Amino acid sequence: MTIEIPKEKYTGAVREVTLGATADEGGTRAHTLTIGGESTLPYLQFEGTIPNRPALALEIRDRKPDDWSPLLLQAWGEAMDDPGEWAKAAEAAGADLIYMVLSLTDADGEPNTPEYARAAVRKVLDATSLPMAVVGPGQAEIDNELIVPVAEEAEGERLLLGICEEKNYRTIVAAALAHNHLVQSKTPMDVNLSKQLVILIHDMGLPLERIVMDPTTGALGYGIEYGYSVMERLRLAALGGDQMTQQPMLVNPGEEAWRVKEAKVGEGVPENWGDWERRALDWEAVTAIALVHSGANMLVLRHPETLRRVRSVLDDLLGSQS
Amino acid sequence: MALTGLEIYKLLPQTNCKDCGYPTCLAFAMKLAAKQAALKDCPHVSEEAAAKLESASAPPITLVELKGDDGAVKVGNETVLFRHEKTFYHKPGLFWRLRDTEDGDELKRAAAEADAYHVDYVGIDLYLDGFAVEAASSDPATFNAAISAVKSVSKKPLILIAPSGDLAKAGIEAAAGSRPLLHAANGENWEEMAEVAKEAGVPLAVQAEDLDGLAELTQKLKEAGVEELVLDPGVTSYRDSLEQLTSIRRLALKQTFRPLGFPVITFPGANSEVDETLLAAEQIAKYGGLIVLEEFNPASLYALLVLRQNIYTDPQKPIQVQPGIYEINSPDENAPLMATTNFSITYFSIANEVEGSGWPGWLLVTDAEGMSVLTAWAAGKFDAERIAKDAKTFDVEGKVSHRKLIIPGHVAVLSGELEEEMPGWEIMVGPREAVDINSYLKAMWSN
Ligand code: SF4
Repeated sequence: MTIEIPKEKYTGAVREVTLGATADEGGTRAHTLTIGGESTLPYLQFEGTIPNRPALALEIRDRKPDDWSPLLLQAWGEAMDDPGEWAKAAEAAGADLIYMVLSLTDADGEPNTPEYARAAVRKVLDATSLPMAVVGPGQAEIDNELIVPVAEEAEGERLLLGICEEKNYRTIVAAALAHNHLVQSKTPMDVNLSKQLVILIHDMGLPLERIVMDPTTGALGYGIEYGYSVMERLRLAALGGDQMTQQPMLVNPGEEAWRVKEAKVGEGVPENWGDWERRALDWEAVTAIALVHSGANMLVLRHPETLRRVRSVLDDLLGSQS
Repeated sequence: MALTGLEIYKLLPQTNCKDCGYPTCLAFAMKLAAKQAALKDCPHVSEEAAAKLESASAPPITLVELKGDDGAVKVGNETVLFRHEKTFYHKPGLFWRLRDTEDGDELKRAAAEADAYHVDYVGIDLYLDGFAVEAASSDPATFNAAISAVKSVSKKPLILIAPSGDLAKAGIEAAAGSRPLLHAANGENWEEMAEVAKEAGVPLAVQAEDLDGLAELTQKLKEAGVEELVLDPGVTSYRDSLEQLTSIRRLALKQTFRPLGFPVITFPGANSEVDETLLAAEQIAKYGGLIVLEEFNPASLYALLVLRQNIYTDPQKPIQVQPGIYEINSPDENAPLMATTNFSITYFSIANEVEGSGWPGWLLVTDAEGMSVLTAWAAGKFDAERIAKDAKTFDVEGKVSHRKLIIPGHVAVLSGELEEEMPGWEIMVGPREAVDINSYLKAMWSN
């Protein structure tokens, strides 16, 4: 008996999106980074092609964050005191790109300023030649105020800018259009909302090749199953030929996992939760792996050890790459 | 795959004798297809047709049950490839592998420790499902003693890793009274293994190099009379596991390929090059059945058990939180009191934010039938009357000395009505999103 493995025939594929620009392309990055392009479900290479590997980003901040887990502070050490140093450390840890989040305030609680954001981004661009994403602190007005000057400062670098949400995307999309960048389109765990925002952004004139879709995820134990299934449905729709679901997907297991008690807290928790560091690292890595299998094309992580572990899984799934 | 009414009709006598209580054979066939009638109601159906109909209605993936002295694990009988299509039904069993070459006292200690492992996740008790005891000694007496040692401290279901008839027999003897899985029949030993499994009435795992080999063996074993089988495709890496397990699931569901219509057993820690936790996580998401861990580590096991719970949650019935009053960061009688619904994600995002912010607080989780704030409000499950009622039921007046209740910003409209329902209380309108709780409390809560 010879069994034929049942293969699916898909009519669509995920769109390829390229971040970063080299000197030839009007930027200063050493190389570009392309994600997406697959014509099959995650890692089923027996029935389709997967031309690009998912990108692993490490998150850095424009200043040392006040609320990160001590385990993360330990991992990054003094590098966190300077965004340039932090970016270098992230590059050394094996990141494919730097995902930089601008802070809402400075260390004294005063509002962050466009001048500071601009300078911090400049520092990172000078410190590493990796492609880069820059997103605001997540409050509409302040996001816009900070991201516009950043877009200008990094003219032509093809940064990924964010975060575009339904309530607030126009200013950021306009900045991306004006200065040759890409955008992160984020919607709350819903297939139709994901599509709609891509359409709205596209309607402003931004090519689909410059939109990365963030369907939002929950951490392990905190709603991951919702994001997981929304991603699977989006991916099946994309392969089925639904144009506006074909954007590569970005998810942020680092932020989600490190926010929850299991990762964040070492004391006063049940004994059976086990060793804190191991639990925290597993929380981030297991969240990430579940999302790898639901179709993530870019994963934003926080701990360098998680990046190493997820990388080795991807190396096996896709064959290792030098 | 289930037969259509027309396909069933072809197998019926087609005499329209009405003995089944339906006017025609076709009408009866339609009822059968819709599972609203039972085949036994037609007294005239031929034996051959009955056998065909029966086998066609058998689930595409056989349900396999392991029983301990106490507790059971059921795997298989899945019906979809993606959880959003319906749901995944039977959570993969998580087992820990023990070897009989270990000293008896050490075995007991280890098994007792793992047996006692319990974690609470949103009110759900999570634990290890059982033990896989391996006859690493190849000595029946030693194997027998090891199983007895494990059984003396744990009543959980067992998997007996015993690659020969003699060892299997010794294992079955020691496990008497329970229903272990025997692991495993292969190309050489399958006849003796089948005999032991059949006599003991226990399920049997099947091991082969590839899917062809597995399918051939399961056929032979079925003919030998062993029906409850588990497939061991011997996967040792992430890619291999994903490809093989996906293929098996697709063959079973899309082609009703009976020879591979069984749940799968995997050993994610068998290859030391692989990160056991991450391969087990992959297998929980992608088609694992019984997962045997090499290492028992509470932290990693907790993560895997929670992932399993999440992936196997019915998408139509999200996990609900028990309505009640929840304490966060050890609140006292001056701490803020916030109302929300018992939709798990709503509850978690709020509990998390409050927890992370460092604010001590009381969360009044009302019974909104597991809906989020806006949905529940629109459906009339989160209104002033319910909030006031639950505030009373859960005795908020006994918990806080102040009389201020913060409600979600999305239901600001409820505040007037709620002040009427709760005389003496000040209703404060909180933020719409959980992330803003910290800044809201900073600005609005003074004590
Ligand atoms: S009893 Fe059987 S043969 Fe008679 S009508 Fe019903 S289905 Fe047809």
